[in-house]
Amino acid sequence: MADITTGALRRTLNLARPDDVYNAIVDAHRDLSDEQCRAFDARLILLLANHVGDEAVLREALRAARETMEEA
Amino acid sequence: MPSYAYRHYPYHRPAELDGKGGRRPVVIVGAGLAGPTLALALARRGVPSVVLDEDDTVSLGSRSICQAKHSLETWDRFGVAGRMVEKGITWEQGELYLHDKPVFRFNLQPEPGHKFPAFVNLQQYYVEEYLFERCLAEPMIEMRFRNKVVGVTPGPDGVTVEIETPDGRYTLDADWLVACDGVRSTVRHLLDLPYPGEVFHDRFLISDIRLLSELPKERRFWFYPPFHPTNSVLLHRQADNVLRVDFQLGPDADPEEEKKPENIDRRLRQMFGPEARWEHEWTSVYTFTCRMMERFVHDRVVFAGDAAHVVSPFGARGGNAAIADVDNLAWKLAMVLARTAPVSLLDSYCSERRAAAQENILNSTRSTDFITPKFAASRVFRDATLSLARDFPFARALINSGRLSVPTAQPGSPLDTPDGDADWLRGPGPGRAMLDAPVGRDGSGWLIDRLGPGFALLTFGDTDVPIGDLPSGVICVRIAGDGLARQRYDGRPGTTYLVRPDRYVAARWRRFDAAAIAAAIRRATGNG
Repeated sequence: MADITTGALRRTLNLARPDDVYNAIVDAHRDLSDEQCRAFDARLILLLANHVGDEAVLREALRAARETMEEA
Repeated sequence: MPSYAYRHYPYHRPAELDGKGGRRPVVIVGAGLAGPTLALALARRGVPSVVLDEDDTVSLGSRSICQAKHSLETWDRFGVAGRMVEKGITWEQGELYLHDKPVFRFNLQPEPGHKFPAFVNLQQYYVEEYLFERCLAEPMIEMRFRNKVVGVTPGPDGVTVEIETPDGRYTLDADWLVACDGVRSTVRHLLDLPYPGEVFHDRFLISDIRLLSELPKERRFWFYPPFHPTNSVLLHRQADNVLRVDFQLGPDADPEEEKKPENIDRRLRQMFGPEARWEHEWTSVYTFTCRMMERFVHDRVVFAGDAAHVVSPFGARGGNAAIADVDNLAWKLAMVLARTAPVSLLDSYCSERRAAAQENILNSTRSTDFITPKFAASRVFRDATLSLARDFPFARALINSGRLSVPTAQPGSPLDTPDGDADWLRGPGPGRAMLDAPVGRDGSGWLIDRLGPGFALLTFGDTDVPIGDLPSGVICVRIAGDGLARQRYDGRPGTTYLVRPDRYVAARWRRFDAAAIAAAIRRATGNG
């Protein structure tokens, strides 16, 4: 298993227009049922995961997503 | 009328019942795929064996139909693979469908220059028939049909086997007992050894039919086809115009209901259309498990094939792994019996083949999870992958309808000598299976045909190297010219590979070094 503590995942802002990107993601889910949202998100995650390509980054992102959930 | 007529092989009254016979070096339990292959591999090394089977015929049903390249290469050493290729259906390509549309095609052997194709589909009963015939013609092998093992008593340096026959019971003393007696291994039960693993609940229906019209030669796999919209279907062609159709039924299906001919015919009618005509050959409703024994060697009792590890059928990793097991075992057992290697050499059979079984179980479980998702999010990602695959090529690589059997790597085996040179661009390193290639003046021969039953050195270059005295039984194969072999092995003048008797690479060097070779052979035989 790849090392997931490498700090490969960027934690500071990497978007030139953060509000636009955030709203684009949210708006893309508008009018979708919960079930459709899951299907949509799965497609989006797979497309982005392949684009990122770096397994260490992906594993760290998976862990970060899960850990922040447990904190909430 | 089924296309295959089962023959009954003759039972002979065992000599032991009349107080004759004697201790045997190797007794093999089970005449399936693994047992006879092991007997032939031992005979090739001068080791006689007795093969016991409670039955007197071949596999009931087509069962393990995909015979992989590495199994064919093993059987070729006994001269039976040509017959299998001739009788079977050679395929290297497959096509995957979503709903009613093809999503992508794959080719398992995209490059030419191998004696054998990636796969030959041939019913298990034919493979066993050819192996039985070869065994029956081999003086060093005694096939004992209708000989059922009922007792196993391990001793300090051997095993006593109690056997039931139509003429009564007798005992046989053996130096080694090899259990090739399948997933419900009698030997494993008699020794009360655990078989831990995971049980899967999805039911599948296999229907072998003889279709009286044109047949596809490739493997076809459907997710959600119109003729079975809730699940997956796999289609494979076999010899005698027989098709295997494998329907995923889900966990709640009623096996007795599904096996009724009218219910099978209803599914097939939807699949093949109103004009098609077929005859039924064999039907089976199955579930499966993934299991592995903690140790494959228990003193003088060795387990191989489904008796030692079992996987789902996706990927053709059951029968083919069994053949790889006995290929790994045969030369080691022969050396231990000849006292040219210590008994501890068999520890490497356990570690190497357990690593292979683990890899097979991992692959098989991942395929199973993709085909039959176990929780809601798993299904969501599976379906997302399928729907992306047509337009986004990366997603095709994620679709897992079975990662088909290739020789497993054996990284870190204590028998291997790690690479000392760092400039390898390609080629099978230590712990990898050797690669076939055309060799000879006009490229009409095959590298796998140049090797014998022992260790082999492959040397590259146009001039002879001063090989000096090789240890006994080791042969040297010089590969000249600039052909595919040289490319596949990154062969430069002086490059030398040490290949084990089971065709795995044990070591490789950039120059021929007799002392390094001798040390690597000692290490590869447990004498290091």
